[in-house]
Amino acid sequence: MAARGRGEIEMKQRAQMRILPDGRRLHLQDGPIDLIVEAFGAAGEVDLAYHAACARFVTVLDELCGELKFLRQECCRDAEWPRGSVARRMVAAVMPYASECFITPMAAVAGAVAEEVLATIVCAAKLSRAYVNDGGDIALHLTVGEKFVVGIVERPNRPSLFGTLTIDADNPVRGIATSGWRGRSFSLGIADAVTVLADRAAAADAAATIIANAVDLPGHPAIVRVPACDLAPDSDLGGRLVTQRVGTLTEAEVHRALTVGVQTAERLRRMGLIRAAALNLCGETRLVGADRIAQLSSDVHERSLVHA
Amino acid sequence: MADDAIRCDACPVLCYIKPGRTGSCDRYGNHDGKLVRLDPHVVLNRAVERGDSVVPFLERCAEWDGSLVSHGETFVTAIGAGTTYPDYKPAPFIISSQVEGVDMVTVVTEGIFSYCGVKVKIDTDRHLGAECSKVRAQGEEVGHVTTSEYGSQMLSLGGVRHLTGGSRHEGTATCDALLNLCNGKAVELEIDDGATVVVEAGKPPFVDGVREERMRVGCGSATIGMFAKQWFGKVDEVVVVDDHITGVLSEHQAGKLLGIPETGIKLKGRRSTPGRYFQVAEPGTSWGGTNIEDPLSILGKFSAKKAWPGLRLLMVSTTGEHYGYFELGDDLRPKEKELPPALRASVARIKENCEPALCTMLFMGGAGGSLRAGVTENPVKLTHSVRDALTRVTCGGAPVYVWPGGGITFMVDVTRMPQNAFGYVPTPALVAPIEFTLRLEDYGALGGYIDQVRPLSSISAEKGGKKTVAARQDNPWPLEAGAKSR
Repeated sequence: MAARGRGEIEMKQRAQMRILPDGRRLHLQDGPIDLIVEAFGAAGEVDLAYHAACARFVTVLDELCGELKFLRQECCRDAEWPRGSVARRMVAAVMPYASECFITPMAAVAGAVAEEVLATIVCAAKLSRAYVNDGGDIALHLTVGEKFVVGIVERPNRPSLFGTLTIDADNPVRGIATSGWRGRSFSLGIADAVTVLADRAAAADAAATIIANAVDLPGHPAIVRVPACDLAPDSDLGGRLVTQRVGTLTEAEVHRALTVGVQTAERLRRMGLIRAAALNLCGETRLVGADRIAQLSSDVHERSLVHA
Repeated sequence: MADDAIRCDACPVLCYIKPGRTGSCDRYGNHDGKLVRLDPHVVLNRAVERGDSVVPFLERCAEWDGSLVSHGETFVTAIGAGTTYPDYKPAPFIISSQVEGVDMVTVVTEGIFSYCGVKVKIDTDRHLGAECSKVRAQGEEVGHVTTSEYGSQMLSLGGVRHLTGGSRHEGTATCDALLNLCNGKAVELEIDDGATVVVEAGKPPFVDGVREERMRVGCGSATIGMFAKQWFGKVDEVVVVDDHITGVLSEHQAGKLLGIPETGIKLKGRRSTPGRYFQVAEPGTSWGGTNIEDPLSILGKFSAKKAWPGLRLLMVSTTGEHYGYFELGDDLRPKEKELPPALRASVARIKENCEPALCTMLFMGGAGGSLRAGVTENPVKLTHSVRDALTRVTCGGAPVYVWPGGGITFMVDVTRMPQNAFGYVPTPALVAPIEFTLRLEDYGALGGYIDQVRPLSSISAEKGGKKTVAARQDNPWPLEAGAKSR
């Protein structure tokens, strides 16, 4: 993108918008939103896409904060719809769960923002492929013959890759999200990470939250739980107990917790809400819809050989 | 609303942030009631005093511009740099800065160490466990008791056998214990057939729940040597009870030189040389690191030929924490009496001469492996360069001791590193920062990634930016003098 163009957009903005030093990726940050955008196509098209992304991005946080009170409330089937387009994506993503469990639209905020920015750039420019990565929740765009290779981490707070998966244009997956108690958001469950592949990023985000919450051992003494509001007074989870530490679990307990998560993931897959999921707890991994992530290479052992 | 939370106005989310927590962005936090910007990349800044450890949030939307970064006053540590995994990648940050007109290069990376551990020195004479006893954390074996040192018990924790050679639980417990100890947190350790000890770097140990206050002034014999003159004329006999060497004044060389007469005292245990006794009791956590509660239990009957009624006897431990004063009755049996003021002073003096008991720990790791490939294309040259003192190795900016011989096996005092400098990977293995500092021309000569070298001022908001912490005044500045010219 031309420096001149960036300067115009950056003027007077709270948001940080810049091309990363690799000269290819766009970094957008505003408050808690942190996006990495990469578009592929003719140079002029990529430039168009990045300008469109910036133009859309500058108001996203303000739009969300304008309806934050509503978005932090439990989602009900008969509730009014919010006005903002990102907020509407959030509500749409969590609505399927509204009648069965507690969920707020905030469970899909990262995926919804990624989806919104991706939709913006795909409309604005002719791109062969593109992605918007919102802190690990990713929206994808693929045209015929294109593919993405995506790395999966064992735990959201670790940089080390546990496997990679390939998504090509024939695959319906366009959204990837990861949730777990070690991640940036609070979790009601104990999964180290649940990675979900779904048709849309917001849907993947909401489902990852639900599945990660389901991986649990209620009442287990080695699990430290704290009311969310004690940690963050304005958390959308209120007084619900969120996981802060998971002590030593036996193999049988790990198995039991993962099994509940797998059952939940299977159910969501049969309902068409997700395509596949990888559940991780204490180094154990379970796959759901494994044909979708067949390429998930298990290089865990290989990695353990890499030492200082 | 909780009254101790503060409202962050850095963005319209307007998070309420509790003390010690961050807002939803993880960028701003409540540090002792103040809103501060917290970025993961730690930069040591020489200009700031220690303790002022975070950059205050000055103005809304002010992105860190790197303006403090110049003239070699700032040193980039590897904390938060990310690792070089897979190791053939250039290290995440290869930084150049000008020091005294010479272009210096610091290669910073966070190494994944599975050949690593913590050597723990616990200042106590109390018996913690026999040499080679297993040390457990969370019930799992994480190390062993090793050779004790003067006034201190030593533990060797971690190492590759516990981290990756045993069960997953053993590895996880070991990794947890090492991580917590290195990051300055307290860890409870149980020693097989021994004590339970809570250790924390730079803090006194708790042995079976009792806080250890003081190191012994010396062994029992040494204590006699140090204080004989002060006791002369005020008492007829002194026994300094010590698990290692119990000293007896009248028999000791120091007593002989002062002309102190024999007292007919009989010590249990094995006599080493005059006035010095081994094994007067079993090791324990009472008097002088023995298991005795009653000091008289280590004495036999006084010899009727030499002892006399009214003989004054002081028994004291090597830390002055335990003491008893006795006078012999007509039956030559010791009777406890109140400690005379003149002796009270000498007991206090023993106490005063005991240094505070601390737990101290050195992280020890080997960086001689593939991590070097993140620094140079020809790894052995880095090892040679470290050997030749052309390259200075630091760990989070703290000085390290590089063990002689092959490889780059180093030790560092974890309390000299910035807070929370260590991390881990689920392998399990520890992630520790490591920096190599050398002259730019030397870096080129050893096959360094010259094209990856970036000026110091470029470390800013990228990938979450950086955090400036004050350099410790007692650490040598990493960019100074260490990297010699060829």
